[in-house]
Amino acid sequence: MSNDPLPLVRPYALTGGRTKPKRDYPLEALVKTDVDPEQGGFRSPEESAIAELCTESRSVAEVAALIKLPLGVVRVLISDLADRGVVQVHTLTNDDADSRPDAALLERVLSGLRNL
Amino acid sequence: MIPDTRQATMSAKIVIAGGFGVGKTTFVGSVSEIMPLTTEAVMTSASAGVDDLSAVPDKTTTTVAMDFGRVSLDSDLILYLFGTPGQNRFWFMWDDLTQGAIGAVVLIDTRRLADSFGAIDYFESRNVPFVVAHNVFDDNRYTAEQIREALALRAEVPVITCDARDRESTKTTLIELVEHVLALVSARAQ
Ligand SMILES: Nc1nc2c(ncn2[C@@H]2O[C@H](COP(=O)(O)OP(=O)(O)O)[C@@H](O)[C@H]2O)c(=O)[nH]1
Ligand SMILES: [Mg+2]
Repeated sequence: MSNDPLPLVRPYALTGGRTKPKRDYPLEALVKTDVDPEQGGFRSPEESAIAELCTESRSVAEVAALIKLPLGVVRVLISDLADRGVVQVHTLTNDDADSRPDAALLERVLSGLRNL
Repeated sequence: MIPDTRQATMSAKIVIAGGFGVGKTTFVGSVSEIMPLTTEAVMTSASAGVDDLSAVPDKTTTTVAMDFGRVSLDSDLILYLFGTPGQNRFWFMWDDLTQGAIGAVVLIDTRRLADSFGAIDYFESRNVPFVVAHNVFDDNRYTAEQIREALALRAEVPVITCDARDRESTKTTLIELVEHVLALVSARAQ
């Protein structure tokens, strides 16, 4: 077995060579499929896999881990699906480097942790 | 019972940092409802930009793996815990990890305190709130004050002990972090 990294040409072929999604979804942003994935119209098996996977809410990081593609590729694919209304992406923070959850969310996280 | 989060629309993230072998994956695994998953980002040596492979394949690419876990807190709310990549040269991933995060837990091992300096420097410089958690292993000779001094921590940074293998201990550590962040937020609002 070789430890050399694979060239990863194939995943980027999936995104038409694009490496930057329109939005930089945070790792924890939740992706939820909004349509019946059976109805098709997907541009690749990977798009279809994401739509199938996200019939239950899952984070961007989970999608990448479960379909085994690099984060950057998955962000582009999710962004495309969101543009076409196939999925919705829910995030509570914005792109500012110092954007943090507000006190109301922190309180909810705290009581959730205490109830675990 | 784990809440049914199939329709969840809210999520939050906490970063678990610290040197190689300090117990990050153990910490995440002890509280996560799933086996920690691994996600990968790709970096090219030429640009050091995340996933920037515009001129592949002859550039050297490096894959950075991060493991993470998931904790369903309520039917609409999921908390994700992300371990930082082991090697400090992967700082480029840290912006992605800390973006929008509640804050961070810096795990330390007193036998290798210096392994945590990079993480602490990073969080201080980016104003990411954090607590320092002494993952005790067998070495519990040091007080919180000694650790605070050795790490030159600001007075408000909590220093606690934990056992990354123990779910209750891990939960308590996370609660300490969120309480600390809430205190900072309320202080700022005044
Ligand atoms: N004795 C003891 N061992 C621990 C503790 N936390 C982690 N370990 C062990 O230390 C090793 C490294 O832990 P790991 O979570 O993989 O570290 P990471 O590199 O920071 O992700 C593993 O073999 C763990 O089982 C602890 O609190 N006490
Ligand atoms: Mg690890």
